[in-house]
Amino acid sequence: MAAFSVARRSRGLINGLKVSFRSSGQLKHGAVAAPLLQTSLHRDSRWYSAGHLSVKERIEAKRRAALAGGGQARIDAQHKRGKLTARERIDLLLDTDSFVETDMFVEHRCSDFGMEQDKNKVTHLPEVIFYFFNIIFCLCLFCFSQDFTVFGGSLSGAHAQKICKIMDQAMKVGAPVIGLNDSGGARIQEGVESLAGYADIFLRNVMASGVIPQISLIMGPCAGGAVYSPALTDFTFMVKDTSYLFITGPDVVKSVTNEDVTQEELGGAKTHTSVSGVAHHAFENDVDALLNLREFFTFLPLSNQDPAPIRECHDPSDRLVRSLETIVPLESTKAYDMLEIIKAIVDEKDFFEIMPNYAKNIVVGFARMNGRTVGIVGNQPKVASGCLDINSSVKGARFVRFCDAFNIPIITFVDVPGFLPGTAQEYGGIIRHGAKLLFAFAEATVPKITIITRKAYGGAYDVMSSKHLRGDVNYAWPTAEVAVMGAKGAVQIIFRGKDNQAEAEAEYVEKFANPFPAAVRGFVDDIIEPSTTRKLICSNLEVLARKKQVNPWKKHANIPL
Amino acid sequence: WGGLEVPLGGRVGKQSCCFRVKNVLVKLMINLLICFSSQTFDKILIANRGEIACRVIKTCKKMGIQTVAVHSDVDSSAVHVKMADEAVCVGSAPTSKSYLNMDAIMDAIRVTGAQAVHPGYGFLSENKDFAKRLAAEGVTFIGPDTHAILAMGDKIESKLIAKAAKVNTIPGFDGVVKTAEEAVKIAQDIGYPVMIKASAGGGGKGMRIAWNDEETREGFRFSSQEAESSFGDDRLLIEKYIDNPRHIEIQVLADKHGNALWLNERECSIQRRNQKVVEEAPSTFLDQDTRQAMGEQAVQLAKAVQYSSAGTVEFLVDSKKNFYFLEMNTRLQVEHPITECITGLDLVEQMIRVAKGYRLQHKQEDIPINGWAIESRIYAEDPYKSFGLPSIGRLSEYQEPLNLKNVSVRVDSGIEEGSDISIYYDPMISKLVTYGATRGEALARMEDALDNYVIRGVTHNISLLREIITHPRFISGDISTNFLPEVYPDGFKGHQLEAGKRRELLASAAALYVTVQLRSQKVLSPTPVERSHWELCVQLGEGCYAVEVVKSGNVYNVEVDGGTVEVSGQWNLASPLLPLSINGTQRMLQVNANTYTHNLGFFGVLSKLAAQLNSYMPEKVPEDTSSILRSPMPGTVVAMSVKPGDTVAEGQEICVIEAMKMQNSLTAVKQAKVKSVQCKPGETVGEGDLLVELE
Repeated sequence: MAAFSVARRSRGLINGLKVSFRSSGQLKHGAVAAPLLQTSLHRDSRWYSAGHLSVKERIEAKRRAALAGGGQARIDAQHKRGKLTARERIDLLLDTDSFVETDMFVEHRCSDFGMEQDKNKVTHLPEVIFYFFNIIFCLCLFCFSQDFTVFGGSLSGAHAQKICKIMDQAMKVGAPVIGLNDSGGARIQEGVESLAGYADIFLRNVMASGVIPQISLIMGPCAGGAVYSPALTDFTFMVKDTSYLFITGPDVVKSVTNEDVTQEELGGAKTHTSVSGVAHHAFENDVDALLNLREFFTFLPLSNQDPAPIRECHDPSDRLVRSLETIVPLESTKAYDMLEIIKAIVDEKDFFEIMPNYAKNIVVGFARMNGRTVGIVGNQPKVASGCLDINSSVKGARFVRFCDAFNIPIITFVDVPGFLPGTAQEYGGIIRHGAKLLFAFAEATVPKITIITRKAYGGAYDVMSSKHLRGDVNYAWPTAEVAVMGAKGAVQIIFRGKDNQAEAEAEYVEKFANPFPAAVRGFVDDIIEPSTTRKLICSNLEVLARKKQVNPWKKHANIPL
Repeated sequence: WGGLEVPLGGRVGKQSCCFRVKNVLVKLMINLLICFSSQTFDKILIANRGEIACRVIKTCKKMGIQTVAVHSDVDSSAVHVKMADEAVCVGSAPTSKSYLNMDAIMDAIRVTGAQAVHPGYGFLSENKDFAKRLAAEGVTFIGPDTHAILAMGDKIESKLIAKAAKVNTIPGFDGVVKTAEEAVKIAQDIGYPVMIKASAGGGGKGMRIAWNDEETREGFRFSSQEAESSFGDDRLLIEKYIDNPRHIEIQVLADKHGNALWLNERECSIQRRNQKVVEEAPSTFLDQDTRQAMGEQAVQLAKAVQYSSAGTVEFLVDSKKNFYFLEMNTRLQVEHPITECITGLDLVEQMIRVAKGYRLQHKQEDIPINGWAIESRIYAEDPYKSFGLPSIGRLSEYQEPLNLKNVSVRVDSGIEEGSDISIYYDPMISKLVTYGATRGEALARMEDALDNYVIRGVTHNISLLREIITHPRFISGDISTNFLPEVYPDGFKGHQLEAGKRRELLASAAALYVTVQLRSQKVLSPTPVERSHWELCVQLGEGCYAVEVVKSGNVYNVEVDGGTVEVSGQWNLASPLLPLSINGTQRMLQVNANTYTHNLGFFGVLSKLAAQLNSYMPEKVPEDTSSILRSPMPGTVVAMSVKPGDTVAEGQEICVIEAMKMQNSLTAVKQAKVKSVQCKPGETVGEGDLLVELE
């Protein structure tokens, strides 16, 4: 708390200094001048002994050095790589002048391998990261930003300590943590202290999971043990072309498995957002990423104690969406774009899709209904007919659990022909992975609204937030078909070896390819006109905001991992 | 009397609930009398789709006639189907299998018992076989008699008839062409430039202009192919091409008793690729004498072929007001609404009456020119690509400018929000017609209406239309059919902002950005602190402009580009239309982005800091477009002229894409070896799909 209040008091000072920092940025000599001054300080007074500089002057000198990061040369190098400095990122991410920095005076404690000299020579004072108590759109959060210009952003014991401190603060007040990662990895010179630092962060990531939203934005390299902190957070975003995530880099890969692979192929943004599913979104560059992160942040509640946020809404909640009347094609085999349905229904077509390039047969993301944040899950008929497979089940499950943890209502759009058959899926464990999505929907106690737009076949019908899994409101469009399977397959089983299959198929379609069988049993609450969907969801959410449902006490559930 | 019993009964039955009130009864009787006086048909089938089908159905409803729509399977929930009393599916999506499928349409007539057929324009409207088959079954064709269609449908014969009827015809007019070499010889005889087109084709379809032998050969090949695919008739016509002409046409209306009227002219000179874009009535160019001379010749021609129904005689008019007969369209024209606006006649109603055998209700001296009407054709096409290449898609948002609450705006459309603009049919979205006491008033209303037109989901040509109607040359009436290529020799590049307008745009963008940013703070829990002073950068084209905004209430004082602009407005950010006042002038702003967020710097607006830092961001390397050929529009590959390993010269044709019946030749932009071919003839390709890779 002490560091906190010091920082607060000196806020004016920071602002005053910013001006001098900027001018020194323009005059290259300014940067040279500062270290000279500090060197002389160091010669005379090893640590905090009284010297010829007053304490006030020393504070100023240290602050100036901290603001200069790794020095102008390294800042230029960072810019040349198309990356911003830690401070520039913070400036962009947060509301103007809204942040309060802590721990500006913390230093690393290593003196091996010439680190001491290095510390004195290059930067003298600052540790490698900055902590802030900050504000985005007047919402508070905690945030750290690793500075690649100082020791390559490598993680020292002190560095880790700063991150842990900020996370503890965040947990205390119940506010999200955003990490801007740009780090070469562990500070090898510090040895086990650095490893301990990682573990300390991991533990806090785990403790904070489900309590406060945690977001990682990877803005540079992130390798080795460092990758597990982003992996433990709720969302991992990456910057295209300048960020990498991998356990071991291309050189080690080459020596162990003899594979030739570039950094970009191994762990670039494209790989992780389309192949591995490790990252949730990739942005064009630092500026794009930070501005988008600001927008994304407005969807989230501050902690699991807060309800889903409600923003001022200009889109009428009773708006009829006429374009939906024709969106589902007449032929049930023809594809359409579920995103069009989602965008037409939510406020102002504003849909923040999570993992848009991974397991595209399911669409997940955040939107608002009458201003209130909702999580949207939808099968995507455009890709693989919208079937559920291993990747889409895992993608959906993780998203549903996030929403449930943070009181965000879930709206599910169903058009699913079933689970994807095949040896690849069975060997890969579709049973186990499919169960995750089933588990996540069943366990969720937030308001759950389901709309069956077309197919809801077989076990996949059960999984997709059905009435049977405590769906609060389940609607079907007139085009809905709730059945065990499609007509052709069903008839082949029921009438195996008989000739009147075409006739039987027609009968099956007549009986089952419509919403009635589900509606007469009360498995769907109503068959609605598509154009009224938005209106109904909005009014249902209003009522369901009062929903209180508690699962039986348990230490924790045992989701099939 | 006997023949009238059925429709009378129908009406009485429908309104029987009103009999309780006496004066309603009286009204009804008057209604019935009117009905009786011009009793026509009980049920009409409309053998068309889209806006024209809807247009015809509207008049039928007004006249108390039941309507039958025909449609292809993909059109089963189209607007014209919903509007009609009955609908029959006549086949699958391709027009040859549905709207041109005469067998199915004849079946539909039999099943529904329709007494007459209105063909609209295009499709079967000028098909003599269809008219014959209808006549054979005793069904009335709402249009001219078969012999008139026959006479005027053939470009060559029609000119001979016109000549005989003492109508001015184009010099150098000649006969049928069979081979490319014959085409070249004819062209040389006439003298370049010449125009080549399909004999059977109407409008600008299949029409190409050649300035030398090489272009004549190419024009011959394309025109004959198009003629074949569109009309199943590969005969061609070559004639002297009049440079700098105006396209002015005369609407005629004739009955079966030898009476004919001319309903004034329509100026249709604004064309792209020989298809009309903006039309107006009357023309700024004609004086009363020329108008009368043209009108009288048009009527002479109509009488010469015993024309009945509505028809259009097209003329080319040169700069000295000499006019030459071009062709006669024996159907209702797309642009007929502007004639209706200035004359007060309902042409569809007149056609129906004439088809029933009634005499014309009007005399020539009854036909007025009241005010001025302008029509803009709203197309789903990209105006930045040769003034409009077809675009397809789903209308995710669609709002006609009827919010103007102005009776002088008429929108003829056959689509609604959620409709598909498909590759199968014409990409026209609607016809936007404005009317005013003067041309200036009509133009001002058009500008307003275009600004208030909301179309999302497909690329549309509103930007081009707005540019045309506000262009000084158009406003002064100095136009010809070459207007677009002359005014935009390098193609349409969008509106070029002058400094004042640019400042206004920058200021509006900045003000809107501030509103969006402040709205993001309006989350229920904390109390937002409204920042009133903003330093921003607005990116517009290549430039980046520093902007300072001071907000007080709903007024934004924006310092930009060396001037101050006051923007005020209170916006509903969910609405596609954002009305604002700029320095006291009312303007309408539309934001085309799908959403206000998730784009780098909404609207090109960034905070000053973000703009500063953005300069450090690496530029993404764009794709090298010289070595790849992508489809410029969705369509079908009809020919592939190269195979992998071939060497192509710069400008050599690589393949031909057909979209909306237009064939487009795609050429190489450099000399290179063909690396790979990614499509086959007959394949459907989307916009931007890779067709051929060069090395």
